[in-house]
Amino acid sequence: MEEFLQQLTNGLAVGGIYALIALGYTMVYGVLKLINFAHGDLFTYGAYLGLTLLTSLALTDRVGFALGVLVLVLMVMGLVAILGAILERAAYRPLRESPRLSAVVSALGASIFLQNTLMLIYGARFQVYPDDILPAATLDIFGLYVPLMRVLIVLASVAMMIALYLFIQKTRIGTAIRAAAIDQGAARLMGIDVNRVILLVFLLGPALGGAAGLMVGLYYGQVNFTMGWVYGMKAFTAAILGGIGNIPGAMVGGLLLGVIEALGAAYVSIAWKDAIAFCVLILILIVRPTGLLGERVADKI
Amino acid sequence: MNRFKPFVVALLAGLLPFAPLFLNTYQVDVLNSIGLYALLALSLNLILGEAGLFNMGHAAFYAMGAYTAAILNTRYQIPILWTLPLSGLAAGLFALAVARPVVHLRGDYLLIVTIGVGEIVRIALVNDVFGITGGANGIFGISRPRLFGWVIRRPEEFFYLIWGFVALTIFLFLRLKQSRFGRALNYLREDEVAAEGSGINTAYYKLAAFGLGAAWAGMAGTLFAAKMTIISPESFSFWESVVLFMIVILGGAGSIPGVLLAAFLVVGLPELFREFAGARMLVFGLVMMVMMVIRPQGLLPTRGRRFSLAARVKETGR
Repeated sequence: MEEFLQQLTNGLAVGGIYALIALGYTMVYGVLKLINFAHGDLFTYGAYLGLTLLTSLALTDRVGFALGVLVLVLMVMGLVAILGAILERAAYRPLRESPRLSAVVSALGASIFLQNTLMLIYGARFQVYPDDILPAATLDIFGLYVPLMRVLIVLASVAMMIALYLFIQKTRIGTAIRAAAIDQGAARLMGIDVNRVILLVFLLGPALGGAAGLMVGLYYGQVNFTMGWVYGMKAFTAAILGGIGNIPGAMVGGLLLGVIEALGAAYVSIAWKDAIAFCVLILILIVRPTGLLGERVADKI
Repeated sequence: MNRFKPFVVALLAGLLPFAPLFLNTYQVDVLNSIGLYALLALSLNLILGEAGLFNMGHAAFYAMGAYTAAILNTRYQIPILWTLPLSGLAAGLFALAVARPVVHLRGDYLLIVTIGVGEIVRIALVNDVFGITGGANGIFGISRPRLFGWVIRRPEEFFYLIWGFVALTIFLFLRLKQSRFGRALNYLREDEVAAEGSGINTAYYKLAAFGLGAAWAGMAGTLFAAKMTIISPESFSFWESVVLFMIVILGGAGSIPGVLLAAFLVVGLPELFREFAGARMLVFGLVMMVMMVIRPQGLLPTRGRRFSLAARVKETGR
């Protein structure tokens, strides 16, 4: 039971990270009907930028752990959001009217480009987060000792998800995003600047992805320039699992996938851990391509 | 320009068999890898280029063929070239089994699923599935191919084996392109609904394209296993699939000369600029992005088949 609960909390933490990345995929897919293959790499940028800022600014030494990490998260989110906007301008906007294959290939190209830029800057080896930044405390929750970082990740990711959900559902701008996702042409006729909505989506998604990258760096302590595509694929699986284009779906899918993967690794086989997500992906696309919370879409997938 | 094209092609094709006489062993070896990639890209071209099915797990079929050949050769001492049809069959059947439930998926969903399949295969190989793939170390000690009592060992000898197979492939695939089958695939790519409306069994043709392309990749895998004598999962990573995908898109989907040219560029050019080897993938990524904006149809796109009305009138007398 003890081990099961440990795996469950671990799965929730990893799942929260997947969910944050999945939100970026699902929002872009909702508005542009495009799989943003470079999204996973923006996540990696979050992890690397976090590392660089952490070591060069020494924020946590100056203002203490809690405030330092908070400032760090905001800085990383802002920087990665800017990167996301640049990506949209450079790789996707010129192809807005092109066939789907062109945009997909451009997205893949962008992914390869971003990943290798990172490799040329930082080198191909694993980069290690300093381990004295964070208090290695554990929290006692009804007799279950859970690392503090794990709890923080779950709380932070859930908080961000709720904030995003409220933003999308309750504000005027959020309504514009939803309108553009349903019908771009009609949204334009209603006076919504679709280009700005798309830009906004490419700011929000990467910001969340960048925060997820920083969380992975803090949680596992090491980052690699290729990790973006594994996390990206899993987050995409999470988005499909919940129903792509559906924001609560991405959250549910992410948490579910994290738990499935953690339990699968613990009780089935650790060596096949990475294959579990892909099996889930294939199964869900065969059995229920609209995902768990996806509504029936008219066009066939 | 177009008037000279047949001469340029004839000249290049005529010069290629003499290449090993002028080049050193290393350069011949580069040509051999170009040949292998050309073979694989041509087989992917059948799926991605002709039928328009986004397959980014081609390395899985390649691996299937290479491992079938290696296992049959090292365990049962079957001569490596004899395993050629068997590994083709294994890869083809595997592709049919995998593609059957997912082939109806639309464009980018199929892409994601094939990436997943490629990864699952790679992880299975690393985990030594069924205890026959040798885990992360792979399989070594694959015997040299023997053709009519001649053991093929040196790169110069492999050159003729590989490029001979490429030539055969080009001939067969050109014939296939002209056939009813090839036209059905092209129709499928251009407009699936219209193709179905015209009585083309889309599911059948999609599966056939997958099976045939995978079988060909499997045979290329056999040649790879024979050339390397040692194979391991890292040769069949996701990036192999990406590079193959890129060769087809860069050359021009559905265009056999384009795919060949792109194979030379993508595999050959990095060898010329070895000092920038680290930036290889970076440049590829940039090229993919720029190409989609300025020339999405690829370097040497196919022109649609032309049917001359005059010839038709003469033929039928109407």
